[in-house]
Amino acid sequence: MADRELTYVEALNEGLREEMRRDDSVIVFGEEVAASGGVYKVTKDLLKEFGPKRVLDTPISEIAIVGAAIGAALNGLRPVAELMFFDFAGIAFDQIVTHASKMRFMSGGQVKLPLVVRTQYSLGRAYGSQHTQFLAASFMQAPGLKIVAPSTPKDAKGLIKSSIRDDDPVLFIESGALYVNRTYYGYKGPVPEEEYLIPIGKAEVKRSGDDISIVAVSRVVSEAMAAAEQLSAYGIKAEVVDLRTIMPMDYQTVLESVKRTNRLIVAEDSVKTCGVSAEVASHVCEYGFDYLEAPIIRLNSPPMPAPQSAELERRYMVTSDKIVEAARRLVV
Amino acid sequence: MIRLLSPQGVLEGEPDPTLTESKLVKIMKDMVAARVFDDWMLRIHPMGRVSRYAPAEGQEASMVGSAHALSEVDWVFPTYREFPVLIARGVPLVELQNRMFANSRDVLKGHEITLYGDRWRRIVVGAGGVSLMAPIAVGMAMASKSAGEKSVFIVYMGDGATSKGDFHEAINFAGVFKTPVIFFCQNNQWAISVPVSLQTRAETLAVKAEAYGIPGVRVDGNDVLAVYTVVRKYVEAARAGGGPAFIEAYTYRIGAHTTADDPRRYRSEEEVRRWRELDPISRMRKYLTAKGLWSVEEEERFIEEFREELRKATEIAESTPPLKPAAILEDVYGETPWYIADELEELERYSAETL
Repeated sequence: MADRELTYVEALNEGLREEMRRDDSVIVFGEEVAASGGVYKVTKDLLKEFGPKRVLDTPISEIAIVGAAIGAALNGLRPVAELMFFDFAGIAFDQIVTHASKMRFMSGGQVKLPLVVRTQYSLGRAYGSQHTQFLAASFMQAPGLKIVAPSTPKDAKGLIKSSIRDDDPVLFIESGALYVNRTYYGYKGPVPEEEYLIPIGKAEVKRSGDDISIVAVSRVVSEAMAAAEQLSAYGIKAEVVDLRTIMPMDYQTVLESVKRTNRLIVAEDSVKTCGVSAEVASHVCEYGFDYLEAPIIRLNSPPMPAPQSAELERRYMVTSDKIVEAARRLVV
Repeated sequence: MIRLLSPQGVLEGEPDPTLTESKLVKIMKDMVAARVFDDWMLRIHPMGRVSRYAPAEGQEASMVGSAHALSEVDWVFPTYREFPVLIARGVPLVELQNRMFANSRDVLKGHEITLYGDRWRRIVVGAGGVSLMAPIAVGMAMASKSAGEKSVFIVYMGDGATSKGDFHEAINFAGVFKTPVIFFCQNNQWAISVPVSLQTRAETLAVKAEAYGIPGVRVDGNDVLAVYTVVRKYVEAARAGGGPAFIEAYTYRIGAHTTADDPRRYRSEEEVRRWRELDPISRMRKYLTAKGLWSVEEEERFIEEFREELRKATEIAESTPPLKPAAILEDVYGETPWYIADELEELERYSAETL
């Protein structure tokens, strides 16, 4: 069967819908997800198809939303809870980090927690410092949690389906920029007609090249793909590795790429201090030091809050131009 | 405040009709057992093999009374102090002691300081912090209700927990979705060293329920007949679809917060003495003795038997081998990622070299 072109939002919606059709135990709840179909339409028309027992609008209560998802998962359901902005995960940090990620362990393996917390971060949409944060790194200190961050419609659909079927808690981070920015590689793309899953814990080489590895995740994969295209004009063949899953991280695919290219840029939307890129870079230093012919370059947001002005935000965040500049410095 | 039994053991109201004579005796035995258990744990704690213990003395009526008001299909969310609830729920002493010693037969594999959890007994692994389980209980209840089950979920919490955001979000959620959850709050007057007057300006904790549109009642937490009667009323109402309730059991923690606390630093001997006069066990003893269902001799004999059972259980737990180091890395994920497996290899090499 042929692929169709779907947007990132449409692909997520289709993934949720398919899993809800497949398994009655999948329920969706959160703020604005039912009657309005989601502020960004990811849960559009789910209420119409599956009814108010399976698609619920909740009070504005992030702690209770995640807590209730934990409880529902403990009691046989597969809840998909939505936090409207990743920034609001701070309110539910305790439920995610102290409870969801530890209950299997604390119980001595008596329980499993098949729950998904969906959220999105809006860096790239000029929303200012309280509505743009990519906080994945803050949650990497919670073993037991899986963290997934798809960069394309195909991955978004395949990964939301895998996350729903997974028996561990998954923090599923979407990119608000990929919802709306038509210029991005990840905004719209081919999605197979037939059913498929994308495995959690597997990175993907999105573009092959021998000169330099660009490891990216989520929105920045689009910047990296654009950068790789520009670099080819300079005769530099860049390989783009999309992490797709942040925890458990696919270190092997990163190491294999660096082994071939001997040069590494890690680019993603955390602020630089202790960002996701720090984990990637330190792992390569520890286990792949001999492959490197040049220092690793980490491209992140600077360690400061995001500005709101679109003009300033563009300078603040990782863009294809910054990746191109860094790659040209590395490959001389 | 609802009270059915005066501190002198005189009946002042109508207890729930399911409180049969045999049930009254069982409740009395569980309260006495809980106090013996407390005393035992506080004696063995200084020997250094039990990391922490939170005594329940003074709160036995609240805990045992509420536990007996539940049915087998109901789910319990205890905090770290609810040993009497576990005893009333029929958890074998050997299992409790395996947990306390965190040995190789510990149901939680030595992974958690919290007292106990066993999903097959419908006791959820408690949290180390106050009221943290309330939102989770609401979610379980939502799932149960939507599956058409008739289970009720009781969350144990203290007075301090009513100051927390997770409690307020949970009780509001429970109200909105009309879930079968009982928020059972033991107001034992002290959150470690902070008195309840510093938790709230409200006159009672029960009044907080009103703003969420659900029933809130204060019951004499040292009166086991009142606790049982009130809890059963709201548990059965919730089972019938009436939604959640908040019950404030007004009681007192006679002992320390935990073995890591010394209450003499923050409260008066006089205050403790006044509450000792309201002791829940002696109140019930007077009542049952007058009814001819209990006697001092019978109590002594029961204490002797229970202590012997506890001694044996402790011996078994103490002589059970410790956990293997590998248990540290078990149950992090459903499937162990390779980098955790690598850590295990490292750990075993380290253990072999050094232990």
